[in-house]
Amino acid sequence: MNSSLFNKDLWKEIIESIRSNGFRTIITAFGVFWGIFILVLLLAASNGLKNGILRSFEGTATNTVFVWAQGISKSYKGLPKGRRYQFDVKDANALRKNIKGLKTVSPRNRLGGYGSSNSVQYKLNSGSYSIYGDYPEILTQQSLGMQAGRFMNYSDIDKKRKVAIIGIGVKNELFTNGEKVLGEYIKIQGVSFKVVGIYKNNSSGGGDAIEKQKEIFIPFTTYDQAFNNGNKVGFFAITADDNHTISSLKEPIMALLRKRHDIHPEDKRAIGNFDLFEMFKKVSGLFIALTGVAYFVGFLILISGIIGISNIMLIVIKERTKEIGVRRALGATPGNIRSQVLIESLFLTIISGMAGVSFATFLISILNLILDKIDNPDMMFANPSVSLINIAVALFILTICGLLAGLIPAQTAIKIKPIEALRNE
Amino acid sequence: MIEIKDLHKSYQMGSNSLHVLKGIDFNVQEGELVSIMGSSGSGKSTLLNIIGILDEADQGTYTLDNTVIKNLNEKVAAEYRNKFLGFIFQSFNLITYKNAVDNVALPLYYQGVNRKERNEKALHYLEKVGLANWATHLPNELSGGQKQRVAIARALASDPKVLLADEPTGALDTKTSYEVMELIQNINDEGKTILIVTHEPDIAQMTKRIVDLKDGLIINDTRIEPVKAIAHV
Repeated sequence: MNSSLFNKDLWKEIIESIRSNGFRTIITAFGVFWGIFILVLLLAASNGLKNGILRSFEGTATNTVFVWAQGISKSYKGLPKGRRYQFDVKDANALRKNIKGLKTVSPRNRLGGYGSSNSVQYKLNSGSYSIYGDYPEILTQQSLGMQAGRFMNYSDIDKKRKVAIIGIGVKNELFTNGEKVLGEYIKIQGVSFKVVGIYKNNSSGGGDAIEKQKEIFIPFTTYDQAFNNGNKVGFFAITADDNHTISSLKEPIMALLRKRHDIHPEDKRAIGNFDLFEMFKKVSGLFIALTGVAYFVGFLILISGIIGISNIMLIVIKERTKEIGVRRALGATPGNIRSQVLIESLFLTIISGMAGVSFATFLISILNLILDKIDNPDMMFANPSVSLINIAVALFILTICGLLAGLIPAQTAIKIKPIEALRNE
Repeated sequence: MIEIKDLHKSYQMGSNSLHVLKGIDFNVQEGELVSIMGSSGSGKSTLLNIIGILDEADQGTYTLDNTVIKNLNEKVAAEYRNKFLGFIFQSFNLITYKNAVDNVALPLYYQGVNRKERNEKALHYLEKVGLANWATHLPNELSGGQKQRVAIARALASDPKVLLADEPTGALDTKTSYEVMELIQNINDEGKTILIVTHEPDIAQMTKRIVDLKDGLIINDTRIEPVKAIAHV
């Protein structure tokens, strides 16, 4: 009869009894407030760390594998082991044609091979930078935010124009501030290239952010001609479409490449690869674990708050023994009393929990304001935040905890006999 | 209204058993105003607890308004208390953070009566005890006599068959006691059955029947012509 949660009278009873113990109620509720506050902050912090780390993947197609040629380790079809081979542009077309589910196959060349850099001059200044020969599609795999000018296009590829797109880091080192950059010529290994664009790599964070601003992109065909490369391909950046994971397509890709280059099907070492998706998954997994730890620690702190509420409810019930006895004498059933105590503790828990959530989100938003002002690409911490799902989970935990907190006091309360009310002290 | 036959009750005190009620036979008709007297330890409070369905007898039968009171679970006991009985306590036992009208309405709340009807009834009973103007006051703003009047209004609110008063004047001065007794007499005149436990002879003289309890037995049961309390106010 009076058990409905939306019974106005029941709530009136509860508010009245909470108000009659005002100060103590607030002190107790602080325990839960603090618990949920820490929980939300921890979640936000782990989220911030996650955002900071994953920022290095930002704008990069993570569903990507890099494939390059290595030494052959098994003799096959009469060919000796230990021979060298190289990919060429035809491999790219074969991959596009034969493997379903690929979005982009970018043949790439890097001047001097992996890890090397090359001297580049402009007037009297010089520096060493990585030089890439690329197709325009590389923009879908790497996030290069154009700061000025343009990126390469197929007209550059077809006409083998000697144009270069330089990183903001290159620009800062070779050119003095305010100097005209676009349209100027830089010399890469003695060959002159016209600067047509300046980019800034958006995938900041992760340590090599500064290096990534010091790269130079030139058209693949120009690279071939200028550095006498002869259609060879240094490595492929292969991205799968959204319906496939690149990890699942890796085997067919490898098999096709082995076949085209007469490599033994068992020769695992002949083709080198780096699976960005696997790595991304590993890093993401790390943060799932971190979020788990945040929940665990926050939950433990929350429990101490819950125990506080349970404790104070017990004391309050001891003090209100007489009142409960009177209510029983006037016709309150044990169920009436139990639901009152339970809802009272639930109410306290949720109100103080909500206050904790609000205060924590308030702090986080202030922190975000401060972090927004600091634009450091190498910072491993970005945009700490809690999702609505996290809040929902926190509220769910609170509700359960509130009920648990009320359970013992409620059992104590219904053991009070109405006879207590008649006892005169 | 109340029929009690051969009622026994003992309490376990460690290894000893304390035989408090040793075979009580006791009947109350509708409309009676009975006082139960006795020194402390005579068993009068135990008797009142059993009549009030706050405690259960070990042996014997208790019938209240043709309903046998036996082996009730807590829920049914609460329902019967609410329906059949109104309690008046020595220390008033008003709920301190509720105002007069909310206190009076409490039994109706547990009956599931809606707010509007509850407050109307509560105000009606407050009017009956002469405290309509104090409806929104908290108990600590009322005098002892006023508090007991509120408590009486609360006991009446659920329109019970029997009013049970445990030393209703025990915490009041003589003048206020008589005022409260006058109110109780008036309520009885309207036909309500009332039981009063008291150890004050002058209060007992204001009832229609005095039952003396000693060592768990009724030793005397006399009908008297009640002294009108109004004469002493």
